[in-house]
Amino acid sequence: MKTYVCIVCGFVYDEALGRPEDGLPPGTLWEAVPASWSCPECGVAKADFEAVMI
Amino acid sequence: MNTSAVPAPGRGGAPDSGASGSVVIVGCGIAGWTVARELRQREPDRPITLVCADQGHFYAKPMLSNALAQNKAAGHLIQKTAALQAQSLRATVLPHTRVAAIERAARRLIMASSSSAPSPLPYKQLVLALGADAISLATPGLEHAHSVNDIDDYHRFRNALTAAGPGARVAIVGGGLIGSEFANDLAIGGYRVSVVDPARWLIGNLITADNGAALRAALAGLGVEFYLEDVVNTVERQADGCYRIALRSGTTLEADLILSAVGLRPRVSLAELAGLNVARGILVDEMGRTSDPDIYALGDCAAYTSAARPDVAGGAARVLPYIMPTMTAAKAIAATLAGQPTPVRFGPMAVRVKTPALPLTISS
Repeated sequence: MKTYVCIVCGFVYDEALGRPEDGLPPGTLWEAVPASWSCPECGVAKADFEAVMI
Repeated sequence: MNTSAVPAPGRGGAPDSGASGSVVIVGCGIAGWTVARELRQREPDRPITLVCADQGHFYAKPMLSNALAQNKAAGHLIQKTAALQAQSLRATVLPHTRVAAIERAARRLIMASSSSAPSPLPYKQLVLALGADAISLATPGLEHAHSVNDIDDYHRFRNALTAAGPGARVAIVGGGLIGSEFANDLAIGGYRVSVVDPARWLIGNLITADNGAALRAALAGLGVEFYLEDVVNTVERQADGCYRIALRSGTTLEADLILSAVGLRPRVSLAELAGLNVARGILVDEMGRTSDPDIYALGDCAAYTSAARPDVAGGAARVLPYIMPTMTAAKAIAATLAGQPTPVRFGPMAVRVKTPALPLTISS
């Protein structure tokens, strides 16, 4: 499972955890996250997240 | 472009929502580019032009205060050049262009004589994403201070740090959000940091005294020295190039570099000259509109009235120089421009203080 970091505020999307409050169950791969989804902390677009290994 | 294509009709909304005609955005910061991107997602054929005084490259300003310790050069922080961004959005970008005036009756921009961009430049709707200037204290000697308010400032500051050498002493005037983040970043980077601020605790406008004290302790643990409830009286440049900083308390600091982070002044003069209502920032209503129905403003240059901020009971308009309100406004304004009037509604907002020594998220 990979992690993706918001380049603006550092919020981490962890595929293993998903984001259930946004309708993304644990295990939701990044490719399956809709393009319209944005960072819950700062509102920046999915396109502005970077893949990082933690 | 298919020449037989017509602009998508507005999807309902008020008759004056104007879902056609060119949109001109002044400012290529994260606000300006986000309006352009969000609008293009909704309107495949609307002409979009961005005008900006700098190079217009797309970068995230919040990253500037975390980048030194990661040894990132300014170029590294650019996510997309202006040209690439414009190409991917099918927009026109006019960098290195200053707008001298907005002729509202004729709905056109007059460019400064020094620019080579077309002038006048007509618009059907205008978006002002002008940002803010770093406030410069008039204190004698503080003209030697750097401020880091954009990527070009960052580039210069980083060069100055490199020239000063590892472990150089940096005095930061201002212990607010930006000053504190830079204090952390510089400390991690091995510089010897001092922070001067008249307030009793750090980031006093956003965090509680307890959190301010905790943050101070965390940064002190990295070696940062604090001179709070204190003020710079004078700065003298010594023969060897370093700065002697005399504080009101009587303390004297020596520094190789001075960073000023004392606040931002929204860029209102273009709007003011055009007769738009301004206060601390360009006044906008709950739709992000200025006092001219064809002109919007957002980001660090805008002051949101209480209609846009239902969490605030009446009171004066507020400038919100943070990323989340800016992104919220950009999306709402883009939707309105596309013919779907969408109020700018700030729900609970999180402001992240990116101090790795003690990261804080302030919810309001």
